[in-house]
Amino acid sequence: MFNRRSSDRKDKVIQGKHHIDSNREIGFVTYLFIGIFLVMLVYLGYYTQVKSKTVINNTYNKRQTLLESRLIRGDILSRDGDVLATTLSDNDGGYYRSYPYRNTFAHIVGYSTHGVLGIENMENYTLLTCDANIVSRVSNDLSGRKNHGNNVCTTLDTRMQEAAYDAMEDRKGAVVAMNVKTGEILCVVSKPDFDPNEVIGHWDRLNSDEENSPLLNRAFLGSYPPGSTFKIVTALEYLKEHNGKTADYGFECTGSFEYNGSVINCFNETSHGWVNFDDSFAQSCNSSFANISSTINKRGFETTLDELLFNNELPLPFKYSMSYSDIGPGSSTDDLLQTGIGQGRTTISPIHMLMITSAIANDGVLMRPYVVSEIQNADGGVISRTRVREYGTLIDPVYTGSLRNMMRQVVVNGTAKRVLDTNGYKISGKTGSAEYSSNKSLSHAWFTGFAGADEPEIAVTVIVEGGGSGGAVAAPIAKRVFDAYFN
Amino acid sequence: MESILIEICRYLIIIFMSVYTIQCFSVFRYSTEYERKGIYFRQNYFMVMIHFMAFLSLFAQNGDVKYLKTYVMQQLGILAILIAYRVIYPRANRLIINNMCMLITIGLIILTRVAYDKAIRQFYIVMGSATVTIIIPFIISRIRFFEKFKWAYVIVGLAALGAVLMFSTVINGSKININIASYTFQPSEFVKIIFVFAIASMLARSHRLGDILLSAAVAAAHVILLVLSRDLGSAIIFFVVYFTMLFVATRNAIYYCIGLLALAGGSVAGYRLFSHVRVRVTAFLDPIGTITNEGYQIAQSLFAIGTGGWLGMGIGQGAPNNIPVVAADFVFAAICEELGVVFGMCLVLLCLSCFVMFMNIAMKFEDPFFKLVALGLAVAYIFQVFLTIGGVTKFIPLTGVTLPLVSYGGTSVAVTLCIFAVIQGLYIAKGRDNRRPYVPSPDDFRTENLNIVDLDGELNGYV
Repeated sequence: MFNRRSSDRKDKVIQGKHHIDSNREIGFVTYLFIGIFLVMLVYLGYYTQVKSKTVINNTYNKRQTLLESRLIRGDILSRDGDVLATTLSDNDGGYYRSYPYRNTFAHIVGYSTHGVLGIENMENYTLLTCDANIVSRVSNDLSGRKNHGNNVCTTLDTRMQEAAYDAMEDRKGAVVAMNVKTGEILCVVSKPDFDPNEVIGHWDRLNSDEENSPLLNRAFLGSYPPGSTFKIVTALEYLKEHNGKTADYGFECTGSFEYNGSVINCFNETSHGWVNFDDSFAQSCNSSFANISSTINKRGFETTLDELLFNNELPLPFKYSMSYSDIGPGSSTDDLLQTGIGQGRTTISPIHMLMITSAIANDGVLMRPYVVSEIQNADGGVISRTRVREYGTLIDPVYTGSLRNMMRQVVVNGTAKRVLDTNGYKISGKTGSAEYSSNKSLSHAWFTGFAGADEPEIAVTVIVEGGGSGGAVAAPIAKRVFDAYFN
Repeated sequence: MESILIEICRYLIIIFMSVYTIQCFSVFRYSTEYERKGIYFRQNYFMVMIHFMAFLSLFAQNGDVKYLKTYVMQQLGILAILIAYRVIYPRANRLIINNMCMLITIGLIILTRVAYDKAIRQFYIVMGSATVTIIIPFIISRIRFFEKFKWAYVIVGLAALGAVLMFSTVINGSKININIASYTFQPSEFVKIIFVFAIASMLARSHRLGDILLSAAVAAAHVILLVLSRDLGSAIIFFVVYFTMLFVATRNAIYYCIGLLALAGGSVAGYRLFSHVRVRVTAFLDPIGTITNEGYQIAQSLFAIGTGGWLGMGIGQGAPNNIPVVAADFVFAAICEELGVVFGMCLVLLCLSCFVMFMNIAMKFEDPFFKLVALGLAVAYIFQVFLTIGGVTKFIPLTGVTLPLVSYGGTSVAVTLCIFAVIQGLYIAKGRDNRRPYVPSPDDFRTENLNIVDLDGELNGYV
């Protein structure tokens, strides 16, 4: 009955019966569009649920004030749950942002009171999003109570942060530490600092102080000549070129080294006498390292620097300054000698130095550094958790053992002897005293190193601007941070 | 107190919209318009309530009496359209009428919120267009010789597009508008309908290769004129409409494949030839990275949707005016921000239910010309919806077309009302032929039931 298609009926249509049957094609087109639309809706749902959380965290999104008027900005917590930033209500029923640790966490936690900085900036919209369960949200909405934004749990360790902050005293510079196995950032100190509770009142002074730049997070955004800490890189390049063998290296240090008209002096023009490769590193002998540099293959050096992420973007979830090196096949001998001992035009940020150090400590593998470990809703439910992720192998593990031994020797009988005496763990590292102006008596004090009971666990990088000797000034600061972690 | 009222409205609007949307699809469960009557009536109720609560929210926030006046005016206007269709065309398809009025309602709500003056203007345009287009179903359902004007359609269409190319001024890199007195028209929108009629009349009765090539030449001429005017959104719509009609008319899937390849080739050529296409693609690939430049619009749209989230900020509570061209191309982002992504998704499904009903009607025609007309208009409609919603959500690169009936824009509204009216006319014509109201059902999509209509128009599905 349904398919009564009689053959005797005359087709009115030229070329036959196609037209009626084309319903099948119409059906196909209908389903095609329904399919496309369903995919689009799934995409929109995915965007809303997952992707939007990172997308909206952007300074070009002008909805911060709007959201702040509608809900209570969430808290920022340390790894042990200490409150680093919170929102309190004042007597007039209004709300204000409070930073209980005042200056200690200034740069890393940041502020949200006059623009946004630090974690307050990175997680601006996370703190202003309420992911509490729908029932409590609706009931809050309907009863006129403000919802609480999500809380941000960080990897920061309050004790280490305080130790680093106190150890720096009033010196300019930065301290940054991370767990070499996980990439967790444990403390970030930058000096001079400021009190995030009083940013609004002191804004003009803070913002216009170009001499001290108190708002600048030197740990991430500072760009310094690496000084002798760069000998780690030069040593690595030598190891690579000699298949890890250093036994046949020897050098008679007279306090200076001359090559093709370039003169390199040792720090304070000390003569180190006869030094082998490990001694040169432990004593931080500039003359010997200039000698090593003079033999180095420029193209190979360029590759090594590239692998260590000089002139490259770093895998960091926050703003940082890119490290710079101009060594290449066309570099002059003088440039090569200067760079080999960490002077020249090379610059590096403390966080990058820390990443290289922790890669050495972790068998060449760099873990992606992160500072936000978890997002929780106001009731403590976990909304998202940062995964521990490898970034990749920066250094062939064949060489990391030698580098670690050499860095241990620096502490045992080298420039960082001061920090040999530790309780229950061992420090390894490299000091640096980087000249930064034509006045050769001024130098930045560096220390970068790692420590652990058996295996290296954490790495710390310290820079003190104009601090002088890395061994005397920077290394003891690092030790206080290590002590806070291990004791 | 106000804030609680606003919150209640916010949730109720989402709930009512969801229920309305579910009903859009549940009508397909029933086979007669009579059985669907209850659903249609409830839909009208939800539509009125959403409109009421949205304006209650706006009024509670601003306390400005102008919102009350606007509300009364808009509500009476929309009800007038609804009732006029019911009275003049008792056999009209009520789902299409309801959805048409619902889309107008949503458009007027969000326009009142983001650009009050534009909302007022839009309201007059809607009322004027609705008054004129209400005659269209009558004409379509009585006059049967539309097929005869084949060459007239072609000439008028090409002439209009040619005029745009020659006389219009460049805005945002595209020549789209023609100014007459103080009014601005977008002829390409109107040509869309004429084009569907032209192609339908060319392909309805003959599939000889020569005729197909001729129709392809006509379609190519339209598309090239649009590309030269740099109205690429319309060019893609014409393109897709043509190949879909060709595919259905010839029942030859190879044509669809050719069309797909040509579309891919055309896209690559467009990318190479036009800097503004490259800008759109750059913005699509990385809106956040290029936020200071190419990506600004999309990034702002994504911020709005993301910040609004599933439930939205509430009408009047967001910051949709941060989004560029929010009243026209980006209206969907504003809707998501303030009314919520759930509401936005319902809106998309509502458009889709219109399309399904259009296609349903196309299937019931045995006359190849009207079948193709219904199909062409349905595809033109839904593909435009796809382009605009896909564009603002970064599903596809932005093409800069409007969301029919919701976005601000006189021509767009008038043309969409025409499309709805033409399809309504076809539906009524079909009903008259069968001396009974035509009854679509979900079974219509089952292939084994697709041959139930006989050539002489007798319906035997009722046995």
